Amino acid sequence: MIVERKSVDLGELQLDSGETIPSATIAYESYGELNEARSNAILIQHAFSGDAHAAGVSKKDGATGWWENMIGPGKAFDTDKYFVFCSNVLGGCSGTTGPGSTNPATGKPYGLGFPFVTVADMIRLQKGLVEHLGIEKLLSVSGGSMGGMQALQWAASYPEMCASVIPIASTHRHSAQQIAFNEVGRQAIMADPDFEDGNYYDGPGPGRGLSVARMIGHITYMSDDSMREKFGRRRRQMSDESSLFEVESYLRHRGGQFVGRFDANSYIAITKAMDTFDLSLGHASLGDVFEPFDGRFLVISFTSDWLYPSYQSQEIVRALRGRVKDVAYVELPSSYGHDAFLVEAGEQTEIVRGFLASTFKKLTPVGAAR
Amino acid sequence: MASAVDTAVRADFVPEVLGRGDYQIIGEIVADGSSVLDLGCGEGELLAWLEAQRNCKARGVEISPTKVQKAVSRGLSVYQSDIDEGLADYPDQTFDYVVLSQTLQETLKPRDVLHEMVRVGKNAIIAFPNFGHWSARFSLLTTGRAPKTKHLPYEWFDTPNVHFVTIPDFEELVRRDGLTVQKSFFLRGDRRITYRPSLLADSAVFLISK
Repeated sequence: MIVERKSVDLGELQLDSGETIPSATIAYESYGELNEARSNAILIQHAFSGDAHAAGVSKKDGATGWWENMIGPGKAFDTDKYFVFCSNVLGGCSGTTGPGSTNPATGKPYGLGFPFVTVADMIRLQKGLVEHLGIEKLLSVSGGSMGGMQALQWAASYPEMCASVIPIASTHRHSAQQIAFNEVGRQAIMADPDFEDGNYYDGPGPGRGLSVARMIGHITYMSDDSMREKFGRRRRQMSDESSLFEVESYLRHRGGQFVGRFDANSYIAITKAMDTFDLSLGHASLGDVFEPFDGRFLVISFTSDWLYPSYQSQEIVRALRGRVKDVAYVELPSSYGHDAFLVEAGEQTEIVRGFLASTFKKLTPVGAAR
Repeated sequence: MASAVDTAVRADFVPEVLGRGDYQIIGEIVADGSSVLDLGCGEGELLAWLEAQRNCKARGVEISPTKVQKAVSRGLSVYQSDIDEGLADYPDQTFDYVVLSQTLQETLKPRDVLHEMVRVGKNAIIAFPNFGHWSARFSLLTTGRAPKTKHLPYEWFDTPNVHFVTIPDFEELVRRDGLTVQKSFFLRGDRRITYRPSLLADSAVFLISK
């Protein structure tokens, strides 16, 4: 499946902060066909460092999508049955407007002057895309980690526009620990002398800081077990006759790779959006938030995920139970830590496939299905 | 009692889908279109049947992740939780029926579970194995060892059953706590009996309300 990124300018975007972005562009990819009733659309949300390239092989660079094992013909998100699409988040750096985009007021990149954006802002922009595609109601909104936060925000912001929500390894608000790791990442970037207060687009950029931030991120995505299995205390010979632990070499490699594809200002903007995300803020309880939502929930967490532990998913499930909402929940056994949502395709596939099929069936009047 | 169509459905239901006498009775008790919460629902056989044949709003709680996976894979809204804790968040009188089939003896606090069931549900359906069955009594009397029979196959040190309950024991608890028995059924295998159930029934099904 060869895929190509598309993008659409949705015009002015009003932000929660009161500011506006005069011209907001959203980049997306889509797989499969929208049916006549436009009732088979599934919106996939990417995690913090992801992008719109969720599946297939990129026409541009041949890269495979980040959820290739879950999206495609016959897979969990079956593109033979459903129209699946994924967009890059607001504040990102892969085609959607973000700090690296040109500020029309100055003709230069926004940098740190990019307005503060929230997860609700990201969804507001995305709603514009959904409408642009002519979809009135999404069959499902699904994603892991920050993708799950966005899925939850959909249920809260536009409950009448989604028939089901699948938050995976996610939370309705960050814990102190999650904020702490993000803050260390941000500080690593800002401590880099090449950060230049975010105006580094003409210079080398804060590659060292961004790389360290990513290394920390990768530690939190794994588990003690998965690291022991993957690296142990094995060493790798370097060209200069020194040696590195495998885990050191892996983290450096991942850190370096990240610098090539991610903007440090986006790192700051998106992690800030995640940290300030609190779905229950301004409500008496989390249950209140979901009260208007009439669709189905499938919540998934993983046993070894210590970054987004199961108790966070269970809080969501309990809030939904308190409002007698339609919710399925499973805690899948895995040793992969937070990465499990990307890796454990086998078990997720059966669950997601069954959930989507029954949701689609309930949504489609008998005889009208196509 | 049942229409011809119903009987035909039930004929498939009992041996092929469920194969358990207590499920057959539950299928008869539960009214069309009602809401049902099945505690310890396993892979959701009963719920799937209730949803398809009784048009029920079916929900389930199950502690085993592999069983929850199977249940969700067949499209059911089942969530993974411990029964002893899994009901706390529901408002009062949420469901028409709350079902506990062959699991009461495995719960840590069966009395609390029973009370939670009639709080969350307008009716509670409880099916449990009768530990007062003659074979258990005979086994204990003659061997002096913890009963191990066809219906109670476990060794005492390796059994999921933490509360041994007989039919009169259960009736006594229901009475003591001011609950009402709406209906009761006694089974020997998949056959219903009425004669001396506390001795001859290997399992019982009670419909209880507040």
